[in-house]
Amino acid sequence: MSLIELSARDLSLAAGLVLLLAFMSWRLRLGVERRILISASRSAVQLVLLGFVLEVLFDLRSLPWIGVLAMFMLLVAGWEVMARQKRRFRGPWGIGIGTLSMFLSSFSVTLLALLVIIRVQPWYQPQYLIPLLGMLLGNTMNGIAISLDNMTRHAWEGRGRIEARLLLGADWSTAVAEIRRESLRSGLIPIVNAMATAGIVSLPGMMTGQILAGSPPMEAAKYQLLIMFLIAAGTGLGSVAAVLLGSRRLFDERHRLRLDRLR
Amino acid sequence: MAALRLEGIRPKVLEPVDLELAASELVFLSGPSGSGKSLLLRALADLDPHEGEVWIDGRPRSAMPAPEWRSRVGLLPSESHWWEERVGDHFSRPTHWTDEKGRESTRMLDRLGFGPEVLEWSVSRLSTGERQRLALARLLGNGPEALLLDEATANLDPKNRERVEDLVQEYRRDRSAAVIWVSHDPEQRERLGARRLIIRDRRLEPES
Repeated sequence: MSLIELSARDLSLAAGLVLLLAFMSWRLRLGVERRILISASRSAVQLVLLGFVLEVLFDLRSLPWIGVLAMFMLLVAGWEVMARQKRRFRGPWGIGIGTLSMFLSSFSVTLLALLVIIRVQPWYQPQYLIPLLGMLLGNTMNGIAISLDNMTRHAWEGRGRIEARLLLGADWSTAVAEIRRESLRSGLIPIVNAMATAGIVSLPGMMTGQILAGSPPMEAAKYQLLIMFLIAAGTGLGSVAAVLLGSRRLFDERHRLRLDRLR
Repeated sequence: MAALRLEGIRPKVLEPVDLELAASELVFLSGPSGSGKSLLLRALADLDPHEGEVWIDGRPRSAMPAPEWRSRVGLLPSESHWWEERVGDHFSRPTHWTDEKGRESTRMLDRLGFGPEVLEWSVSRLSTGERQRLALARLLGNGPEALLLDEATANLDPKNRERVEDLVQEYRRDRSAAVIWVSHDPEQRERLGARRLIIRDRRLEPES
């Protein structure tokens, strides 16, 4: 098995299909043709750029530059988490909670994988670090965004119920416990479902990519399993961190529900 | 014994409020809607950030944790909220109905016209008036030393209004609890013969 290199012509044919989709959207008046085209162009530019940056990094093998790229990825993911909140925290907390939680979960899980499981030499070898971190950030981002969004929305709508418990002498943590559990559950469901149906309903993207690039299917399956477990752990860890930080921020030192900290 | 003293309490829409209530004193509070009655009670229960200090029996609020303050100074909001499905799960110790606190709650329910079976009821089938009375039982079962009542009888028929009035009066005397009661009902304010205050132009003054 070997890698068949894609030519510009191959990619143009695939891009033609997206143009067809945009045309369909216009004919059926779905109103999303602009967004389809913009998103498709964005993905093209971003992925080509990433490919270019990675090629440079792979040659360079410089820890500081890898760190810069990792931080950039983290900030973009943090921004994305914030953008998906209907009721986000005001001020630096808006981007801070998601970014910090992703930093804690994705970075620690990636380090664990590099140092203990795959044992790459040196540990920051970009060929392993960047794809792993990317997979983890992308997926924990989803879990964290869903959990946080659920929590702030439920707190906003459930003000009366939270305050009813505070008024009977409950501390903030008890008053928000049920909402916290509920939002964590909703954040974990996507990855749990993904694990349950992996390989039966869907062929996971990474495994598909590896097989297309010429890896033996069994090796691809093992890597996919590793990634999935890491993602599950990272999502769990990140969502817990985000919900704990977020719920703390919803209350002040006098155990008052501070919805004015949301917008 | 629980006297209340307010000094410079300043909810958003009011001038600073100073007020003293002796133990077991009842004070009625009225004023047009939006004048800040509920906001004042919320401030006293420490639910919203504001300036000022409150003392209960000479102990300042700032010297105790907020949860302790709120169990001592119990606020009954005008609209009750419930977080479990079953009524009984909202009372402080749902599994121990034989201990003292449980017996006390059962007695409160009885005084408000409910049998013990109400604890098994689902919250969603309660009427507004039932919720209001049950919220009072829930609060009193928690044993607060002072009471802040926000329109505690607004949705009740005369029979149940009387039950609530009797129970509050009895609780106030038995526990020597200071009570601030927001009421829109002039007859009620006359009937219970207490000090009456009204909010006019953002100020708290005696109702004449």
